[in-house]
Amino acid sequence: MTQTHVSTTINGDKVEYLCETDETLLDVLRDTLSLTGSKEGCGSGDCGACSVMLDGRLVCACLVLGVEAQDRKIETIEGMASGDELHPLQQKFLEHAALQCGICTPGFLVAAKALLDENPDPTETEVRYWLAGNLCRCTGYDKIIRAVMDAATEMRGQA
Amino acid sequence: MVKVMLWGSLAALAEGKPELEIEAKNIKQLLQRLAEDHPGLKPVLEKGVSVSIDGMMYNDAWFEEISSENEICILPRIEGG
Amino acid sequence: MGKQDRDFKAVGTRPLRPDGVEKVTGRAKFGADLSAPGMLVGRFLRSPHAHARIRSIDTSKAAALPGVKAVVTGDSFDITKVSSGNHDTLANVMARDKALYEGHAVAAIAAISVSIARKALKLIEVDYEVLPHVTDVDEAMAADAPLLHENMFTANLTPKPTKPSNIANFYEFGHGDIEAGFAKADVIIERSFKTAATHQGYIEPHACLANMTQDGQGELWCCTQGHFMVRNVCADLMGMEISKLRVTASEIGGGFGGKTTVFIDPVALMLSKLAGKPVKIVMSREEVFKASGPTSSTSMRIKIGATNDGRLTACEGEFNYQGGAYADSPVQFGAMSAFACYDLEHVKTVGYDVAANRPKNVAYRAPGAPMAAFAVESVMAEMADRLGLDQLEFRLKNAATEGTRSSYGPTYNSVGLTETIKAAQSHDHYSAPLGANQGRGIASGFWFNFGGQTAVSLNVQEDGTVNVTVGTPDIGGSRASMGLMVAEELGIEYDNIRCIIADTSSLGYNDVTDGSRTTFSSGLALINAAKDAKAKMCARAARIWDIPAEAVEWKDGCVQPAGANAGEFEPMSFAEIAANADNTGGPIAGHHEINASGAGVSFGTHMVDVEVDPDTGYVKILRYTVVQDAGKAVHPAYVEGQYQGGAVQGIGWALNEEYIYGEDGRLQNAGFLDYRMPVASDLPMIDTVIVEVPNPGHPYGVRGVGETSIVPPMAAIANAVSQAAGVRMTELPMSPPRVLKAMDDAKGG
Repeated sequence: MTQTHVSTTINGDKVEYLCETDETLLDVLRDTLSLTGSKEGCGSGDCGACSVMLDGRLVCACLVLGVEAQDRKIETIEGMASGDELHPLQQKFLEHAALQCGICTPGFLVAAKALLDENPDPTETEVRYWLAGNLCRCTGYDKIIRAVMDAATEMRGQA
Repeated sequence: MVKVMLWGSLAALAEGKPELEIEAKNIKQLLQRLAEDHPGLKPVLEKGVSVSIDGMMYNDAWFEEISSENEICILPRIEGG
Repeated sequence: MGKQDRDFKAVGTRPLRPDGVEKVTGRAKFGADLSAPGMLVGRFLRSPHAHARIRSIDTSKAAALPGVKAVVTGDSFDITKVSSGNHDTLANVMARDKALYEGHAVAAIAAISVSIARKALKLIEVDYEVLPHVTDVDEAMAADAPLLHENMFTANLTPKPTKPSNIANFYEFGHGDIEAGFAKADVIIERSFKTAATHQGYIEPHACLANMTQDGQGELWCCTQGHFMVRNVCADLMGMEISKLRVTASEIGGGFGGKTTVFIDPVALMLSKLAGKPVKIVMSREEVFKASGPTSSTSMRIKIGATNDGRLTACEGEFNYQGGAYADSPVQFGAMSAFACYDLEHVKTVGYDVAANRPKNVAYRAPGAPMAAFAVESVMAEMADRLGLDQLEFRLKNAATEGTRSSYGPTYNSVGLTETIKAAQSHDHYSAPLGANQGRGIASGFWFNFGGQTAVSLNVQEDGTVNVTVGTPDIGGSRASMGLMVAEELGIEYDNIRCIIADTSSLGYNDVTDGSRTTFSSGLALINAAKDAKAKMCARAARIWDIPAEAVEWKDGCVQPAGANAGEFEPMSFAEIAANADNTGGPIAGHHEINASGAGVSFGTHMVDVEVDPDTGYVKILRYTVVQDAGKAVHPAYVEGQYQGGAVQGIGWALNEEYIYGEDGRLQNAGFLDYRMPVASDLPMIDTVIVEVPNPGHPYGVRGVGETSIVPPMAAIANAVSQAAGVRMTELPMSPPRVLKAMDDAKGG
């Protein structure tokens, strides 16, 4: 099958790749670029484990085609920490034991960051509805919600 | 002699006796003699069972000692998720 | 309430987990995250029919497609060399003769790309003779039901059946005289219940990377709850020596019992062997639903008798569990655990393990117990109401305690059910007011817990830090609890200990991470390995001081002279002894291999408030409290996490989750959109109370905590919904249409 050349920006870096036209952005990230932090839980946009930012918008990478990334800006979990410093959300997830198996964690972190970028002071209900597109089977969500609320508080304090 | 309790449907395979007396010093002897004395039990014992000694559960533990002081139950092999 | 005298320093604290940063930065490697140079992709062809004889499979066109490197069917495996205990597993991994459910694997391809693999699958020609099918448990038990296996004669039934059926096994448990017990009852309630099959629902689909080399050796990377089990089963299916297959457990994205067997791994190994290249297989979510998991659908009947003052006189239960194509239901555990919460003179349960044209059953968290508890605790709640008794008082009055003969046989030693009920009574949740259309439900639950084969190793490094090696995959933070127990035993800092999960060639055999056994068994082994290392370090210090080894003792992470020599030398620190390892005899390590016993049974009591929308039947969970006995909570945050996670899986099972089959025997909701698991917006916070009644079988009193939390939720929610809706709910899930219909029927509408 003929492959298409794509130029895009991932976590601030210019990236080029070839992909088949039916390949998803998630396949490209994971299989072509070895960015395996985004996970495939369903391939149908229902679990949120592949959440990434596309031009500042939260999307499921399994519902975006690789070729659609041309001239766009993509942010993934791999770009969340800066240098040797974790993002406050990452730190709070650890402190609150908000992960058990950890497979859903990258998606939750990307989605939660998107929420706090847009709404730095969400209510618990707002957090719960924003994260309703991310499935976690281990935690019952309690500690995830607490971690996000706590991170929001800390980030507001820093601002 | 130790007294061994069998679960209901296992007892049915041992001539209907829910409690058996067996000469055994450990689990290995117990399972061996149960199968010898009550051939009906053999297939179930071979497939694997758990043995409860005073409320503690044992799988595959031949040398665990038992005496007439102990409460011993044969149970379906305990598994988990 | 049963507190220990002992003061713990590390155990009971809440440090960060050692594998946490990798998991919040996306660097942790899960099953699908590993690739190998020259790797091929493996894909399955699956049966579209619920039940069909496979007349022939023609793979020649697929094999001839450029880019296809290997093709596997059932005939690729030599069943005559496979041990009989693995025959069903092999037949499930790759169908032989018959496809027994929609999604049953019939062939597999390894190709250089996904698109070529897909094309190749379409070129495989399977000639099916479609057979009548059955998916419902009651229908599968009927005398005229389509037979899945012509050689299935109900085992353990006396007299032996002369005709084959779909009932694979019969179980009976109990003691006393059930009729005499019912004769003493003032009130008898008898009800029937049904529950739908549910899936474990782990977010990570099964994935593996197999690499067989031409000399007959192999390596396998996979997500599993037990890589030693995977190794042994795969080696058997492949006809390999065990030592020639090395299996490495990836990080595992949830299991809940569903990753305690093999599905794709032997096929990936066989494809790799035939192709002479590494092969990676990742299941799609649809495949996960159709061909892995799930647990049983059930049909149950419960009869309970009690006196007017609230003493149970007799309990009886009949449990019919649909166990999938090979009748692997956990009905024996349902029948054993059903009445395990209560002190009963007369009790009898029977269980039937039933085959149907559905995926082969796999364990799901406290296998078999949640459904039975749903039925039993529903009748218990109704009985309490009928007798005009408080729900918790009624349970307390009948609760099993130390010395109670359990409904499944053994007499309990120290158990914590009473303590959980009392903690629930004094919780402010229990006395909080309820509004209109709201109800409160209570239920208790039980799980056995388990020990098993365990091997660990502990290496003391020259800077005084410690590496700990276990063979039980970490599903929910167990590395942290391992570190805490070692820190406790050695008296060193938690941060100086790092725990890894070793591959199958690096340690002795370890049973699967299941049965809530990991913190208990690997912890027990590590405590002993730490003791082993301490004894060696004591001997080293004694030699440095030139005094007898018996003349030293271990205290607060140091070795110090004891007895006659007390005070003669300054205590020697752990780090100091470690630093001198080279001059005092070489590396210092501790080891322990054990078949762990002494896992303490565990009980929990749950409380839930719900609101039922009278117009739609929609149930909203308003408040939820889990009270459970942990024996000793090693890392309380992860213990709470187990309580919360189990409760929420139970909420899904109670309200929404369900395998829905069409008339054609095909699964209609094989995706997360239609198989509706709880999401964050469905739920409130899940409150937890950790009760600690020490397990006498563990040096720190630890009991398993992973499974009991899923046992009471469905019953507790059913009791709450029944109260709010004004009608007893007897079928799961209590989805809006079902609740609405029940309310309408009750109104006589």
